[in-house]
This record gives sequence, C-alpha cells and structure tokens, in this order.
Amino acid sequence: MSRKIVIEPLTRVEGHGKVTIHLDDQGEVVQSRLHIVEFRGFERFVQGRPYWEAPVLVQRLCGICPVSHHLAAAKAMDVIVGAGTGDGLTPTAEKMRRLMHYGQIFQSHSLHFFHLASPDLLFGYDSPPETRNVIGVIMANRELATQAVLMRKYGQEIIAATAGKKIHGTGAVPGGINKNLSIAERDVLLKGPHPMNADAMVRYAQGALDFFKDYYSKHKEFIDNFSRFPSNHLSLVRPDGALDFYDGVLRAVDADGRKILHDVECQDYLAHIREEVRSWTYMKFPYLRHLGPEKGWYRVGPLARLNTADFVPSPLAQEEFEAFRKVTGGRPNDMCMHTHWARLIETLHAAEMIRDLLRDADLQGSDLVVRGKREAEGVGIIEAPRGTLFHHYRVSPDDQIVMANLIVSTTNNNEPMNRAVNNVARALMTKAKEITEGMMNAVEVAIRAYDPCLSCATHAYGSMALAVSLCDASGNVIAQRTR
Amino acid sequence: MAQKKIIATASLAGCFGCHMSILDIDERILDLVELVEFNKSPITDIKSFTKECDIGLVEGGCCNDENVHTLIEFRRHCTILVALGECAIMGGLPSLRNEIPLAECLREAYIDGPGMSEANPAGIVPADPDIPRILDRIYPCHEVVKIDYSLPGCPPRADLIWEALVALVTGRELILPYDSFKYD
Ligand code: SF4
Repeated sequence: MSRKIVIEPLTRVEGHGKVTIHLDDQGEVVQSRLHIVEFRGFERFVQGRPYWEAPVLVQRLCGICPVSHHLAAAKAMDVIVGAGTGDGLTPTAEKMRRLMHYGQIFQSHSLHFFHLASPDLLFGYDSPPETRNVIGVIMANRELATQAVLMRKYGQEIIAATAGKKIHGTGAVPGGINKNLSIAERDVLLKGPHPMNADAMVRYAQGALDFFKDYYSKHKEFIDNFSRFPSNHLSLVRPDGALDFYDGVLRAVDADGRKILHDVECQDYLAHIREEVRSWTYMKFPYLRHLGPEKGWYRVGPLARLNTADFVPSPLAQEEFEAFRKVTGGRPNDMCMHTHWARLIETLHAAEMIRDLLRDADLQGSDLVVRGKREAEGVGIIEAPRGTLFHHYRVSPDDQIVMANLIVSTTNNNEPMNRAVNNVARALMTKAKEITEGMMNAVEVAIRAYDPCLSCATHAYGSMALAVSLCDASGNVIAQRTR
Repeated sequence: MAQKKIIATASLAGCFGCHMSILDIDERILDLVELVEFNKSPITDIKSFTKECDIGLVEGGCCNDENVHTLIEFRRHCTILVALGECAIMGGLPSLRNEIPLAECLREAYIDGPGMSEANPAGIVPADPDIPRILDRIYPCHEVVKIDYSLPGCPPRADLIWEALVALVTGRELILPYDSFKYD
C-alpha cells in the first residue's frame, strides 16, 4: 500500500510551508517535497511606488528579519541616488546601519537557537509535542530561558535605537540614515544595568556556545551525521575574505572548498544567478548559472558563511571559528546540525562588533545622507541572519519603481532544504511499519536547522502542523493522523 | 489557582511581525506562561486544536483558500477572536495587490522577472494539489468571520499586546490609547 505523509503546518520555523512524503507499495520513499504555500506578488505590486518607499515597504515581507530587507532595499536605493555601492555613505550612516544589522543578527540568531531549536536539543526531537517548545524550555530551564529572552531583547533595543522601532523601523533612507545615536542612547546600550549591556551580551553569547559544545560532546553522532550532505556554499565576504554581514563581494565554494564564484561585485549578480521554477511550490530554486540547476545549487546562511569566509574579524569569534574549522580540517563543513554551532559563533561575533561599534564616536556624527548622480538601476545585497539576500530595482526618471527582483535567503536554501527532507525521510521512514510523530518532527528538525524564514520566502509567495495521511495506490486517503 | 486561559495563535497572510511583537513582551513572557496555556500556535508544536480555546490571536488577512480554512477553524474553536495588527484588520501591505489582477503578479514573479526567460523557458507557473489556491484579492479577517476585537499597529506594540492579553484574561476593560491608532 503506498502512503503519502503530510507535515503541515510546519511549526517552530518562521512562516508558512508544508512537507509531503510519498511512500510506494514497498515502503520506499519515492518523492518528498517542501512546499511553500503562499504567494504575495510583491515584485509586481511594488511597481509604481516611489523608490524611497521601498526600504519601509519591503520589510513588511518579513517581521522576523525586517532589518535585513530594510537595509538591502536601502543599499539598492543608495545606488539609485548616486551614493555608490557600500563605501559611498558617510561614516555615521554606514556605522549606524551596521550597528542596526548586528543587532538584528544578534536577536534573530538568539531567537532561533533558544526559542525554536533548543526544545529539540533539550528534550529530544521525539519528546511529546506539548512540552517541546519554548514554553517547555521556560518551565524546564528558567535560567536558560531568561537569558534567551534578554539576548533577544538586547538585540531588539539596538534596532529600536538605530531604526526608531523594534519591528519595521525607518532608520535607513536612500543615501544614508535618518538619525544618529545620542550619547544617552549609547550609554544605555553600552553600560546598562546587568545584564543589559554590551559586555554582558558577549559573555551570554559565549555561554550559549558553551551550552552547544557541551551538548555536542554528548551527542556527537547525532550532530555530525543527522541530515548531512555535500553542497556548494555561497555568501558575501569582505574583499579581504573576512566574514561580513553588511557588505562585500559574492563568493561561492564547492564541497571541496574550491572557489566556484570568484568574489564578484554585487551589482553583477544577475550574470551569475538564475532561479528555476517548479510547479509544486511557490518558492523558486536559485542556482549558479555557469553550473546549471543540477550542479549549481548552493547553501546559504551561517554554515555557508563560515565555509566561504577566510577569517572572522573579531578575536573571540575568530578563536571559535578556528576550532570550528579544525573539525573538518579546513574543508567545507557539510554537517547540517553544525549550522547551530556556526550560528552561535556568529552571535558571538555580532556581540563583539556591537560592543566595539558602540565605543565609536562616528555614531554621534551629524553628516547623515549623501547624494550623487541619479542612476536607473541598483542592487543591494546583504547577509541576512538566514543567508544572502538580494534586492534589485529599476526606477523610472519620474522616481517610480518599474522593476523589482528579490531573492530572499530562504529561497536560496530551497534545494538544500528539500534534500534535507529527502535524506531524513529515507533514513527514518523507509519500510517503517508505523510513522511516528517523532519521525515527522525529525523532518522538521532538519528543516529548522536552516532556520527558514518562510515569511520572507512568501514575499513573492510566505506555519507548519502535522497530519499524516495514509493513501491507497490510487491516492484515496484511507487513514489519517494529526497531532 | 483559577483555571489557566487557553490561547491559540495563527499567522495567515502576515509577515510574522505581529508574532514577533508578542515575543517583544520580553521578560513578561515568563509571567505569561504562568497565566495562560498555549494551544495551536506556530511557536508550539501543536498543529491542530486539541482543546477549545478562550482566546485566538490572528495575524494577517486571507490570501489563499487555506488561510480561509484556518480562520474559520479559529472562529469555531476560540471563544474570543482578536485581529492582531494591520494585515488582519485591513489586509495590510499584501493588499497592495488588490488593485492588480492576480495573473499579472504571477507573470512577474515566474515569467517576466529578470533572467526568468532563460531559467524558466517553459513558462511554468506553480499550480499543484499540494499548494493552496490563491484568492483574487486579500480579504481582511472581518470579511470572512466575525471578529471580536482588533489591536491596531504594524505590528501592535508589545506593551499593547501585553495589556490586551491581561485585560482579556482577567476580564478587565482595555483602554486603547489614541496614539496606538496608527499603522506605521
Ligand atoms: S500588521 Fe505589520 S507586523 Fe503584523 S503581520 Fe502585517 S505587516 Fe507584519
């Protein structure tokens, strides 16, 4: 009897999606898919809007990493207003934006690790779903939960201080920023009462890393092998090869670490990236053009970034990075669950950068916006918490947006997430007599490692519950189970 | 102690920002879990209602048939249903597409966009029994089911969400300050 398994809506990922797995008469997995189930039509409806609205409009694609969309759109609009690419802004504007972005990475990574992923680690992916969530974490480990809440809070306060508002702020404008950081605002963030200050957050981030490493030492087999598979990796890097979330050049490496995209300029992305369409999901499948869809798909996000970058430009995180790299002898790391590790190293890096930036007097500068020769087209690329995010706009002489193209982080991970689903389904469900809730959650654990922001992915397109349907050969549902 | 109130939450055609704003109540979330019990919600692993709920919070309007089903299900299982944020109340940003034929939006995303003629020569537009059908326009929640309360904002600020939850749980009246009536 063939069976079809449906996991819907996916939970503890951010956004809207579902998984289907088909088993044939022999109990072999014949097909598995991650479907993105929503479509927004953003690329079309933003046409006709004035270009300066874009940074404020587009972040409404995603309330989880709004700052990334806000900044990617602003960077594209920098090009449009003639402020150049990346280095054209005033020091105050660039540093305010960076601070905002580090705040975003810090809060988003903390949220993901503690609120969304830690329940699987703390309780096991096959523990009862009633407690396998952040509320369970609060009940079981109040100290850890409190720390998680405060880390997220701190990141959100940085965003509020730089963007004006915790969610959907307005700080970045084409060519710069609309406020600086007052001394009073700075002092709250730098020297606030324990633990709401920059030094404490660095220590919290180290603590989170220790928590993970301790877990890893006890569950090495699972962390190393769960849903592992080779892939290409893509991200921005600073021109000197450093990890950089805000700006840089596009680099991709293959599974052996050979460069397959050689530090290309952001404005040229379209010469190198294409997106395939498949009929069963609203999310497209990006690939490197010269390699084609079969071989050119890649991973983005924390794991990919630590695989493409040569070093991390802050001392504590660099030390952790070296330890991380040592595990694979310098080769790209393809262990899916190591993404959590990479994410925490980045969290520490963000904390260090925040601490150092807050001491920079440029943040109190008053030169906020630059303008130059008006251009018709601009690309803004940024490393969002979940990976490389592309914004590309064309603007008419009367200031209306006439074309918008967005490739969001989660879309870049579409193929890897589909492979992850397939891997886990094959490993756990092949010939299984009974499909348990734990097996279904395991599929989600694999997806969750990518921290997919399905809201973003829905832009053009957008929770996931669990229902299993047993179907007969002709597809009729003969039994159903939900949780 | 009195029976804990049971809460469910859903994100329909929203950006999850309203859910994030719930988390922005920060430390108070530690108190909240003493006060209420969460049922179906994207932040838990409970994927369909296991109990009747006292309060349902809905973010986002309806952009596809699945959103409509979810919303009707929420109405059935929740005594009080709250539209959380601009998208749920009025459609929000996604409703910018209401003036544009759906086919044009799909064409732009999958066929006319930069590089698409090369990457999608067959002109495939996603359509499959496993993905929901998109509605002709965005429907705010109150056009689909009866909504008991609305919390304004994009997203409603965390303090307002907190006040509203405390008011609903304790049966107090909630005063909405005038300056919260903005959709910035
Ligand atoms: S109201 Fe605003 S924050 Fe809430 S879902 Fe809509 S766009 Fe996002």
